[in-house]
Amino acid sequence: MLEVRNLHARIGEKEILKGIDLVINDGETHAIMGPNGSGKSTLSAVLVGNPLYEVTEGEAYFNGKNLLEMKPEERAHEGLFLSFQYPVEIPGVSMTNFMKAAINERRKAQGLEPMNAAEFLKLMREKRKVVELDSKLANRSVNEGFSGGEKKRNEIFQMAMLEPKLSILDETDSGLDVDAMRIVAEGVNKLQTPETSCIVITHYDRLLEMIRPQYVHVLYKGRIVKTGGPELAVQIQEHGYDWIKEEIGEE
Amino acid sequence: MITRSSEQQYIDLYTQARQMIFDHSSDVMNAVRDEAFERFKASGFPTKKVERYKYTDMQALFAPDYGLNLNRLDIPVDPYNAFRCDVPNLSTSLYFVVNDIFYRGEEATKARGRNLPEGVIIGSLKEFATTAYYNQLAGKSGDAITDLNTLLAQDGLYVYVPKNVKVERAIQVINILRSDVDLMVNRRVLIILEEGAELKMLFCDHAADDRNFLATQVIEAYVGQNASLDLYCLEETHHKNVRVSNVYIDQQRDSRVNHNVITLHNGITRNRLDLTFSGEGAECQCYGCVIADKQQHVDNNTLITHRVPHCTSTELYKYVLDDKATGAFAGRVLVEPGAQQTASQMTNQNLTATPEARMYTQPMLEIYADDVKCAHGSTVGQLNDAALFYMRQRGISLEEARLLLQQAFINEVIDHMQLEPLRDRLHYLVEKRFRGELNKCDGCKLCK
Repeated sequence: MLEVRNLHARIGEKEILKGIDLVINDGETHAIMGPNGSGKSTLSAVLVGNPLYEVTEGEAYFNGKNLLEMKPEERAHEGLFLSFQYPVEIPGVSMTNFMKAAINERRKAQGLEPMNAAEFLKLMREKRKVVELDSKLANRSVNEGFSGGEKKRNEIFQMAMLEPKLSILDETDSGLDVDAMRIVAEGVNKLQTPETSCIVITHYDRLLEMIRPQYVHVLYKGRIVKTGGPELAVQIQEHGYDWIKEEIGEE
Repeated sequence: MITRSSEQQYIDLYTQARQMIFDHSSDVMNAVRDEAFERFKASGFPTKKVERYKYTDMQALFAPDYGLNLNRLDIPVDPYNAFRCDVPNLSTSLYFVVNDIFYRGEEATKARGRNLPEGVIIGSLKEFATTAYYNQLAGKSGDAITDLNTLLAQDGLYVYVPKNVKVERAIQVINILRSDVDLMVNRRVLIILEEGAELKMLFCDHAADDRNFLATQVIEAYVGQNASLDLYCLEETHHKNVRVSNVYIDQQRDSRVNHNVITLHNGITRNRLDLTFSGEGAECQCYGCVIADKQQHVDNNTLITHRVPHCTSTELYKYVLDDKATGAFAGRVLVEPGAQQTASQMTNQNLTATPEARMYTQPMLEIYADDVKCAHGSTVGQLNDAALFYMRQRGISLEEARLLLQQAFINEVIDHMQLEPLRDRLHYLVEKRFRGELNKCDGCKLCK
């Protein structure tokens, strides 16, 4: 589904990604861990096309199509979704109008008619249940006045509405209490199918106990320095990253 | 070659046509013309060096030749049958002013009788104006365009609500500009609310023909003790339209005023608001929203005077400027000595969508009392990049994301407006305006 080759990226003058190779197949869940500043969020930003970042070298293909040549909205229409680490508030734009616009733009890209109002409201009601999100949210402005946990649940709600093929969860567990984390993890699991894939970016293995990855990658100073199975996450939780840094010949 | 400055043509006009003007008006309206003329002759039109007029060139606006219907020729059409306003079905009592003539056809008479509580008068200024009120506020302001309007206006709209009468149904007045030649009109409105009265009025400005129009307007409103006035002024004209409007409001004790000015489509607009608290415990809320693109120009100038203690004023104006549009907001709050316990808040927020759009914002607080709470805030900026990207990542195109954010920005002001059906209608019109669909709406042209 996703093929990333030798990806280099920078923000301003600072190079952050220094050659990322990553292959994700249908139905797989990959975790990406690593110390702060290693480039985890940069990787997700580059994949979804954040204009702040510039790709200096390398390629990325999403279902055979050149990802880096697509506009952010085009990547979304292809089925790419990012659960933001810090979801922004959009006062004055209601969740309903926001989701309606997103869904209808995707339908337009697929040559379909916009969804009718009744169908859409039914869809909203159905998908809210995935993350136990309150009905009051529909008329509220996007993320306005939401607690940290509510914002993250709102991200997964949007994921449920948009049904992406590849979702990237960028530190979705940060700032969540145990219950919120459970709801988010269950939500993500409910949405996974053999056709969809997931990249989970996280510091902690607690989320990974609930969203079980097939592969765990360690990102360090802009490169993937180690790849393993789920047990790698447990080792990191217990021993930190020092042993990995030693392995690759650092202090 | 002698070049006349703009005021000379009006000085000559009044000198030559004075009798004609007098013949087609009333004693009350005529009584104040000569003194207005003397003031106008002495001051001339304000240049951009005059503080309150620095953002709009009045000399240039009044220089061209416009026709003037001083003989009060009849309107050749029945607006009730020919016109559909964009703000329909609001369950309002509907009236028409065509150019500056208050329409007196059969429908208007029916409207007058229909649904108006006992004692309420909505009629011709010529017929009802009294010297006690007419020009008493406007005449003291020393504004040359107000004086010009006073010396040229021959009729207008008179609105009177007796003591403790609450007019449930909003009064909607559609100001249509209709002409086969370039035309100047001078509209005049006098609103008197006695103690405890309540009134909601909506003025909708439309230009029906593709001609150059110059419309001056003076509205004087006296809001009595404990009375309440909701005033909405919606402009939806075209790029050949020039509108210079001066609104004067005097509030007595414990009264409430809600003043809303909405510019959806225009050419050049200059709106002045002078609101004075003459009685304690009064409050006002002034909202403005402006959507301008191409080369439109909208200049809002407000002066709120706290003459007495315990009054509250709130102002929120928002502009969205695109293409090469220019906007100006100069808001002044004057707290006079002794006006203790004043609470005043003035906010002006502006979005510029292009590097060529220009916004001039000038908040002014002049405070001469020491126990007050006054604040002002002003911002000019672009749309939030993080919000734009968030929307794009969900599949919303950049263009559509911009539209949604601009709408959200303007909708915040509209949400403050009290007249609910109008509010809903405005949300709809704002969306259409941003999508460039407003002109295609049926309703801005008189059917032929």
